[in-house]
Amino acid sequence: MLNYTFHWNQAIKALPQMLEGALVTLEIAILSMAIGLICAIGLVLCRQSGNRILGGFATVWVEVARNTPALFQIYMAHFGLGNFGIHLSPYTALLAGITFNNAGYLAENFRGALKAIPETQPRAARSLGLTSLQAFRYVVVPQMLRVAFLPMTNQMVWAILMTSLGVTVGMNMDLAGVTQELNARSFRTFEFFAFAAVIFYLLTKAVTLAARVIAARLFRY
Amino acid sequence: MFETALTFNDLLFLAKGAGMTLAVTAVSVAAGTVMGVIFGVIRAQFGPYWSAPLTFVLDIFRSVPLLIQLVLANAFQAIAKFGWEPFTTSCVVLSLYTAAYCTEIVRGGIDAVPMTTRRAARSLGLTWAQDMGYIVAPLATRVSLPAWIGLTLGVMKDSALVLWLGLTELLKSSQILVTRLQEPLFILVICGAIYFLISFPIARYGGYLERRWSPDD
Amino acid sequence: MIEIENLRKSFGPLEVLKGINLTVANGEVVTIIGGSGSGKSTLLACINGLEAINAGSIKIDGVEVHAKATNINKLRQNVGIVFQQWNAFPHLTVLENVMLAPRKVLGMAKLEAEEIATKHLVHVGLGDKIGVYPSRLSGGQQQRMAIARALAMQPKYMLFDEVTSALDPQLVGEVLDTLKMLATEGMTMICVTHEMAFARDVSNRVAFFHQGVVAEIGSAEQIFGSPQNPETQKFLSGIR
Repeated sequence: MLNYTFHWNQAIKALPQMLEGALVTLEIAILSMAIGLICAIGLVLCRQSGNRILGGFATVWVEVARNTPALFQIYMAHFGLGNFGIHLSPYTALLAGITFNNAGYLAENFRGALKAIPETQPRAARSLGLTSLQAFRYVVVPQMLRVAFLPMTNQMVWAILMTSLGVTVGMNMDLAGVTQELNARSFRTFEFFAFAAVIFYLLTKAVTLAARVIAARLFRY
Repeated sequence: MFETALTFNDLLFLAKGAGMTLAVTAVSVAAGTVMGVIFGVIRAQFGPYWSAPLTFVLDIFRSVPLLIQLVLANAFQAIAKFGWEPFTTSCVVLSLYTAAYCTEIVRGGIDAVPMTTRRAARSLGLTWAQDMGYIVAPLATRVSLPAWIGLTLGVMKDSALVLWLGLTELLKSSQILVTRLQEPLFILVICGAIYFLISFPIARYGGYLERRWSPDD
Repeated sequence: MIEIENLRKSFGPLEVLKGINLTVANGEVVTIIGGSGSGKSTLLACINGLEAINAGSIKIDGVEVHAKATNINKLRQNVGIVFQQWNAFPHLTVLENVMLAPRKVLGMAKLEAEEIATKHLVHVGLGDKIGVYPSRLSGGQQQRMAIARALAMQPKYMLFDEVTSALDPQLVGEVLDTLKMLATEGMTMICVTHEMAFARDVSNRVAFFHQGVVAEIGSAEQIFGSPQNPETQKFLSGIR
């Protein structure tokens, strides 16, 4: 049958290293989501402002993020900025690329979520004397986050999966990068990457489960 | 004015890369959709409990990075001595990846057809197959089409990853040019523009269809 | 005092308010009745600036509502409004709903705002529901919460826009009782309503709206007892 002996021992011995890499993966994913979320709210405000320049800027960001590959966006961060004399490390380029991508998709999710909130809600808030911004912040945004929560969870899962793209720009600290280094040294490609695949699977499942628990606590209404 | 070492031949080179991107996408989406339809029907027909094993397997394709799937597939076919070319391996992986997402889309489309409509069809004497073919298929397709268009565009963008297996698709072609010409920003912008010009109009059209066919207002 | 002079309001080509003249003195309860589409709700929305106007003026205590220089947020602190669809904030508890504006608009401290909110909720009969989310309340309870929410800002004037029209019949009574209570306490109120018995009992004056103007206005006895305008008579006979 298969003229190949699977050497799982090497992969098992490398597990601690890979798990450390998994922590870096989580770190990048969480950072990119946090910063991406803030950017996304900013983009939403830009579009709501009615200002044509701000609105145009936001639309360009969102449409580029959603219509070009994530790998392209990471390449842009790593190679493209070289023209301006900006040389980002693999870590920073990966983070920047994923954050840019997250912000674009999240902004679009928020736009859909905002449409789902009836106009009567900010109206009622304004009637009480709250300013536009206050109404947006205390009445509209909390409800928007509930509607957008599922898409946001999906985006977080995407962020974790996207970190693997770092290997193409020389990233060697995250799970995929560590696995690739181990692979380059020992050529046990299948064994190492099979383990990495399992760890990724567990990570994404853990995130999905955590999200469900958070949603149950946060959105008790 | 505007100095560049980019020649017309280079643009042709990029176009070839784009062609590879589209080829991989087309094959994978076609195969993936066929599988997705079959699995989607199975899932809709047998319900969540009985189709759980299928769901579990397909879920793996959505929970492991595509890059790792490509590497694993390549390593496996080497071990098993399939002798696959990178193009074949890429298409197999992307097809399964597409199928995993397509299954959900198809299932959602079928579930969107009201049970009352289907019961009416069966009461008239139509067989299960006729019900599926004449009643469910048109209605489900309508509901699913915008999401399927989104999936196709997603696969096109994800196809960039096949460069890792050595295929010279659009992004890899751009990288080769950058290494040779040392004008990273300019070439990458052209590369991005090509992706954008393929994706944006189709995405807009999908959005238009979704609005036109949505039952509200 | 609320002074409305020659108010005109159009939605596109459709003119909804065609020259409204109305003055409401402090402590007065004015009820507005009339058929659908006669502009009653629009008038209320114009009074607190939710809708812009095309011509005429609305002055609250001498301040022109629609002047560019007017601080509309400050003005709204003095004019409370309750809508037909109560518009509870679903993500906040009943207490938080009522506390929001005092805290964010008046800058009240949390404890102080809690006290005031609780006081008003008890006043409308919701003292035992303060930690509950609106989704768990009946329509009548949510509407009373909306009233408490508006009252917590301690406005001088209260506008009620058909506040019982969306309620199941058995829940209407509790809301009307709350309104009656406010009236006896001396609140200046403008109520748009279809509840004729309520209008008769509580109002100082009743205004009948027809096709965008105040067709007839007078005391409750005058309007319900001996309406002069033929349109008023037609409307009232249709209601009975």
